[in-house]
Amino acid sequence: MAERTTREIFLGEGSGTGSGSQHLYVNVGPQHPAMHGIIRIMAELDGETVVKADVEIGYLHRAFEKECEEGPYNNAIPYTDRLNYVSPLINNFGYASCVEKLLGIDITERCKYIRTIMSEISRICDHLTCVGASAMELGAFTVFLYMIKAREFLWELVEDVTGARLTISYARVGGVKADLPEGFALKVRKAFKETRQVLEEVHKLLTGNRIFIDRMVGVGVLSREETIAYSITGPLLRATGVAYDVRRAQPYYAYDRVEFEIPTGQSGDNYDRYLVRMAEMEQSMRIVEQALDQLPGGPINVDFAGKPIDPALYVDRGKLGKTEGLLLLPITLSPNLQGLEKPAHREVNVADKRVVLPPKEETYGSIEGLMNHFMLVMDGYGIRPPQGDAYFPVEGANGELGFYVVSDGSDRPYRVRCRPPCFPPLAALHRMIEGGMVADVVPTFGSVNMIGGELDR
Amino acid sequence: MDGQAILARLVECFPGRILETHAFRGDHTAVVDLSAIAEVLRFCRDDPALGFEVLMDLTAVDYLKYPGREDGPRFEVVYHLYSLTHNHRLRLKVRVEEEDAVVSTAVPLWPVADWFEREVWDMFGIRFAGHPDLRRLLMYEEFQGHPLRKDYPVNKRQPLIGPKV
Repeated sequence: MAERTTREIFLGEGSGTGSGSQHLYVNVGPQHPAMHGIIRIMAELDGETVVKADVEIGYLHRAFEKECEEGPYNNAIPYTDRLNYVSPLINNFGYASCVEKLLGIDITERCKYIRTIMSEISRICDHLTCVGASAMELGAFTVFLYMIKAREFLWELVEDVTGARLTISYARVGGVKADLPEGFALKVRKAFKETRQVLEEVHKLLTGNRIFIDRMVGVGVLSREETIAYSITGPLLRATGVAYDVRRAQPYYAYDRVEFEIPTGQSGDNYDRYLVRMAEMEQSMRIVEQALDQLPGGPINVDFAGKPIDPALYVDRGKLGKTEGLLLLPITLSPNLQGLEKPAHREVNVADKRVVLPPKEETYGSIEGLMNHFMLVMDGYGIRPPQGDAYFPVEGANGELGFYVVSDGSDRPYRVRCRPPCFPPLAALHRMIEGGMVADVVPTFGSVNMIGGELDR
Repeated sequence: MDGQAILARLVECFPGRILETHAFRGDHTAVVDLSAIAEVLRFCRDDPALGFEVLMDLTAVDYLKYPGREDGPRFEVVYHLYSLTHNHRLRLKVRVEEEDAVVSTAVPLWPVADWFEREVWDMFGIRFAGHPDLRRLLMYEEFQGHPLRKDYPVNKRQPLIGPKV
């Protein structure tokens, strides 16, 4: 048996020796590699336990709300893209719908279905990113790669429709930029097949995984009462067992015509949030498939009488006075405007000349169309909703995304307010991490899925 | 309970304190007297027939350049309430003068109001009486002015605040 050795321990050596418990202050962030945004958590630690936390959100200095007041109504659409970098389509549609509500116009049936389909594809992208990134923060890097692979297939769909992957600017007040491309339904089915395979693989990797369960169950818990008091919506609220979903509570677009379930959890911890998000992706795919089946107008398959001509030729013929039959000729549009030919235009946009730019055939081929076009793009004209205010909520990927627009009767919004879904959870973040371990701060923060752009004013 | 019935109930329970009610595009709004807002909010939350458990949004609007409102109070603080049990919504407004821009806080009713009110203070300079910790939320402490006010120029620059040497 080895002989015991003794050694004098100096004050301050090791943890807590001699001086009682000492609290350590740690700054998590700003711009920590695992933080998805500019955020600082000032945590007071006792050993490894977070005793107290103060959360500070940064400022991106994009000035979304201030900039919206500076330009005409449709100019705000690119700004709404940048609110949320993984599901910008939902923000686009939310803003456009709010202005439509202010104007008192109803969009076309086909447009409602297109908005439904694109919103749900965005929601899947958002959840894939959130779950993948959260899993990566726990060391499951494979899951992240799989999820990003699936997201890539969906982003290709988005690119097909809008011409861009992130900065899509697809919505317009009164409709959408262009119709769905040819063969879209087929591509969606193919992409969903891949996505379902990925989800299945991720379920096998994570859902029953011992390490994952140990790190997620009972972590970041927020009780149901507190979640409601903090006005948290979306997956975080549903994880506590409250089946509130704007799509069901106050249906908009085509959500009242498709069947879907609202997945809920029980305990409101990180594991339940993960399960809710996984189940929601499946429901979103269900919605898209039903909406594609019901899509009015069917595939864009219009037989044109004449041969399509290009816009310059159109203008030349108009200048020469050869306008006879010109309006009947279809136009060839550049790839990023495809789906905006006259027949498709009528199906996706409302027939309200005060709001929607006329189809290119009419702009180039008739003086009325040209005047209509100019009246909408000239400074001081454009879309002019009556004086008043309106609030329109949509179900964003993280919860209720509301837009509140005040109009003073001019062509610029007097005030645009975005009610971001990730603002209330961040106000409550300190309640989720206090009492937990410091290692759980980042996964809990990941489950909130904070989006810096939406917090910005 | 539909929007009209909610407004009627508010008017009935707070005679003289509800300055005006209107409905526009399906949104029902009540303008509440400044002194009664805390009371009305508490009533909206606790009355079983109304049951607004969720303070969905709290923001403000600066009516400085709004046509037809040159003489009225400059700011409006806007509350969006939602009821989970009854699935209905209500908008409450309080009008605030610029000189004495103080509204009583909603933090005792909804903890989320803490951040919402800090944001309104930061962006508009409206103070909330009784708020536990009213400091800027988005801008830094040294920032001068309140950016979402209509008289704050969109191109204005502020001195850069670097780390202290």
